Amino acid sequence: MNNKYKSIPVKPSEITPYSQYLSRRDFMKAAGILAGSALLASCAPRATETSVPPTARPDLPVKMDELGDPANSFEDISNYNNYYEFTTDKTGVASLSEEFNTKPWTVEVYGLVNKPKTYGIEDLLSKFTQEERIYRLRCVEAWSMVIPWTGFTLASLLKDVEPASDAKYVRFETVYRPEEMPGQNSPFYPWPYQEGLRLDEAMHDLTILATGLYGQPMPNSNGAPVRLVVPWKYGFKSIKSIVKIELVAEQPSTLWSMVGPGEYGFYSNVNPNRSHPRWSQASERRIGEFSRRETLMFNGYAEQVADLYKGMDLNVNY
Amino acid sequence: MMTMKKFFQRYTPLQIAIHIYAWSALVVLVFNFFTHNLTANPIQALEQRTGRHAITLLVLSLACTPLNTLFRWSELLKRRRALGLYAFMYATIHVIIFADLDYGLAWSLIFQTIFEKPYIIVGAITFLLLIPLAWTSFDIWKKRLGKGWKRLHQVIYLIAPLAVLHYAWGKKGDFFQLRGEIIRPLIYGVIVIVFLILRIPAMRRALASVRDRILFLFRRRGIQTEITPP
Repeated sequence: MNNKYKSIPVKPSEITPYSQYLSRRDFMKAAGILAGSALLASCAPRATETSVPPTARPDLPVKMDELGDPANSFEDISNYNNYYEFTTDKTGVASLSEEFNTKPWTVEVYGLVNKPKTYGIEDLLSKFTQEERIYRLRCVEAWSMVIPWTGFTLASLLKDVEPASDAKYVRFETVYRPEEMPGQNSPFYPWPYQEGLRLDEAMHDLTILATGLYGQPMPNSNGAPVRLVVPWKYGFKSIKSIVKIELVAEQPSTLWSMVGPGEYGFYSNVNPNRSHPRWSQASERRIGEFSRRETLMFNGYAEQVADLYKGMDLNVNY
Repeated sequence: MMTMKKFFQRYTPLQIAIHIYAWSALVVLVFNFFTHNLTANPIQALEQRTGRHAITLLVLSLACTPLNTLFRWSELLKRRRALGLYAFMYATIHVIIFADLDYGLAWSLIFQTIFEKPYIIVGAITFLLLIPLAWTSFDIWKKRLGKGWKRLHQVIYLIAPLAVLHYAWGKKGDFFQLRGEIIRPLIYGVIVIVFLILRIPAMRRALASVRDRILFLFRRRGIQTEITPP
């Protein structure tokens, strides 16, 4: 398995200043749109600003994903969040989650496993090798970011607990603390947040449990202290603030498939050919960019994951 | 130039308030856009906020008639046009942002999106229905269309629920099953339904009798009220 998606160190001399980095196509598109909308002339500078990572250490390389797109800024990643446990206001999550208690924290791993275990967050950080993974995250709402996560493979955790032979799926659960998470008092959702993966998806090298962002401990607004990241699926599959991981034989239900069964399926692989019933998934807006870009099959990870779905009709198994 | 005194004689506080609200909301949006204060996804934020202002103004224009029935505040009836036209202004900006800023005037992609996706179809229909109403808002059309004018403008009772549906269907969740991110569209939906119900003549009479009873109670307590014949 090649490591294209891992962090690629870049010599400072090789760094292209981001203002020149905008691809010709994006630039021409942006210029074309600007020609038609004179009012928006000052939007061009706007497009560059939010994607530049923190410049406290200007000698550090600009982080990029394996396709060459720059990572979004720490500010954008930690201040634009769909974390309905706190609020449905994307920019309000950061302040509401500021006081959220992430120490002590345990993750109970149980179910169809030979060695069930409850890990403290310190155990997870020390026992499993943490590495940086720069992944794209594609929201079902048709926006996306490039995010430099720090974490460890879910596979290494599962190997530690030894799934039993009848284990077919992995179920995840978020913490339930309505006194600290005001959104969990909303009757419109079946709290706590639940998600699931097929066992082979969970064991895939791309699937990580993320504990940090830009080398810092995970911000509360991004699902501290530990969350899942499954980059080839829509963002809502990447469940945050995990407290339970259970190995099960039956496909588990998920919060969003309970809210909208026709819209949010179990697999929810990023698929430009399979629209949401009410809006198209063929294009997306990369946060920080001016024009839309086309959505890639499996969010650009087709080479790594398409095999998992060989023979499956992805319009039926959405 | 009008003196201050004449200005406030010509324009009522309500009128001034409506114009200030409508224009300041736009100024705030534009200001926030250019000072990068519109979230990390400013185009989506612009679409959503202009849409919210449009539907809010639409609902306010619908509120005028029942509020007049309840409170006998006849000035409200004269403000409907301004509120409706401002709703149309925001709806137009909303559509321009969708077509231009969001989809870059890629017409084939836009039409594909419109015809494929229910929530956009509903939005498109809502906007198209608003156009003749906005166009004929002015007095000259009342003369030209005669009785037809009132009929035409009753289409607003179709437009309002369609606008709520467009709003609700853009959210993640199931509006009709009360699941997911539906609280705001739900509130607008309930308000619109209440206003639609109040248009039914029997309900309108009931509302008027409620008003009369309240006025009667005030009169009994010796509180000055503007007593108008029912």
